[in-house]
Amino acid sequence: MALEGAHASAQAMRQINPDVVAAYPITPQTAVVQTFSQYVADGEVDTEFIAVESEHAAMSACIGAAAAGGRVMTATSANGLALMWEELYIAASLRLPIVMTVVNRALSAPLNIHCDHSDSMGARDAGWIQLYSETGQEAYDNTIQAMRIAEHPDLLLPVMVMQDGFITGHAVELVEVADDTAVREFIGTYTPKYSLLDIDHPITFGAWDLWDYYFEHKRQQTDALSKAMKVIVDVGQEFGKTFGRTYGIFDPYAMDDAELAIIVLSSTAGTARTVVRELRKKGLKIGLLKLRVFRPFPAQELVAALKDVKAVAVLDRSISFGAMEGAGPVFLEVCAALFAAGAAQKVVNYIYGLGGRDVLPEYIERVASDLREIAETGKVKTLVNYLGLRE
Amino acid sequence: MGKENATWREATIAGLVLEPGCTAEYNTGTWRVLRPVHDMSKCTHCLICWVYCPDAAIIVEDGRWVRFDYYHCKGCGICANECPVKVEAHEHTGKAGKVIQMVEEKVQETCEK
Repeated sequence: MALEGAHASAQAMRQINPDVVAAYPITPQTAVVQTFSQYVADGEVDTEFIAVESEHAAMSACIGAAAAGGRVMTATSANGLALMWEELYIAASLRLPIVMTVVNRALSAPLNIHCDHSDSMGARDAGWIQLYSETGQEAYDNTIQAMRIAEHPDLLLPVMVMQDGFITGHAVELVEVADDTAVREFIGTYTPKYSLLDIDHPITFGAWDLWDYYFEHKRQQTDALSKAMKVIVDVGQEFGKTFGRTYGIFDPYAMDDAELAIIVLSSTAGTARTVVRELRKKGLKIGLLKLRVFRPFPAQELVAALKDVKAVAVLDRSISFGAMEGAGPVFLEVCAALFAAGAAQKVVNYIYGLGGRDVLPEYIERVASDLREIAETGKVKTLVNYLGLRE
Repeated sequence: MGKENATWREATIAGLVLEPGCTAEYNTGTWRVLRPVHDMSKCTHCLICWVYCPDAAIIVEDGRWVRFDYYHCKGCGICANECPVKVEAHEHTGKAGKVIQMVEEKVQETCEK
């Protein structure tokens, strides 16, 4: 099917047929909810669609519906995600397996509606699992897998599935949409462990939890996240057996004998892969790691994947303001992982594509040539660099 | 909450309370700074205090004022403010004023059976 990335997400939502969707439209996510609400109006799903007055209310309604035992989904972007902030923590802390599509977009100000990862990176510590998608196909596939991951009995954690605003969100691509029955069978039925509507077993959600127990519950939460990586890999493999496209923690390209590596999220992986392919033809031993899972952060797996590499470039589509030299969040995590493992690779950061700025192949070529120099000299001249910035 | 002093492995998931209950079971009178005292001999049992108490902490039986529920009284003083009956000398405080008066909470008396 020729679909926009946002429509691919809406198709996945249609096939999942959740009990409740509460959402508020915000560019560039609007296409997701608009399409899905059409499915509701046409009776193609049994979903109760709750039209709310804000994203804060959307996530609140999702939390209520999930606590009541429903299979719940929503979608958002940018400032809408920021408006959900406190509710994101509540969803994760109440261990509600809500699945949310995020069509990544810059945060104001200045006002900008185009792609970068400031929104989901701002939500990275809320306790949600985060999956990033390169294409509309991956957004579709990840959304279906997210439901299984979220509802896994070891986890019961909310999952957000990202794709790049406009770049894949509004771009038409060929997307293989699976058979409705196959998707339904893959996700199965959901039986909540605890439900407010189970009147035979009355319970309280969200009770007072002071100095006496809050700490224990946070420890439980971080333990649940630590089990997520295995579940994500298992579900990714099962998805591959059923639908032919297998997913893991990251997607390595030309990494087997690579001495230089680029790490990147989402759609820019496509541009980077093309450049890496060309440079490989010229004999440069460079590879690409497209990171799919950012939360929980796959520190050990990355260290293992990078063990034979001399220099690593991390591309960040957002800035962690006030962090070391204004670096990006992915870079900081990669540095922490390598340092803690006692690894000796040189690491360099590139901030790119903020507010929808184009990412050209020559930018990636510059990264590759910098990497070669770093590997030869063993020195990183500038820790944090900018691609496509007027300087 | 299940087991007392549960470890993080034993505590219920997300702090869910798995048994039915209501706030009557929680002792919420521990942070009171002032406590209301009542002069039973001069009370007219008009129950204005009972009407105004925001926490159902005034116990009434057969239409008569019986006692404060100090396990749930937060010491807000609304009952003392609304009490319409004046006394020359209060049974507990000895002071002139109303049938219900606020006195300083003493730590050892936080909760009265």
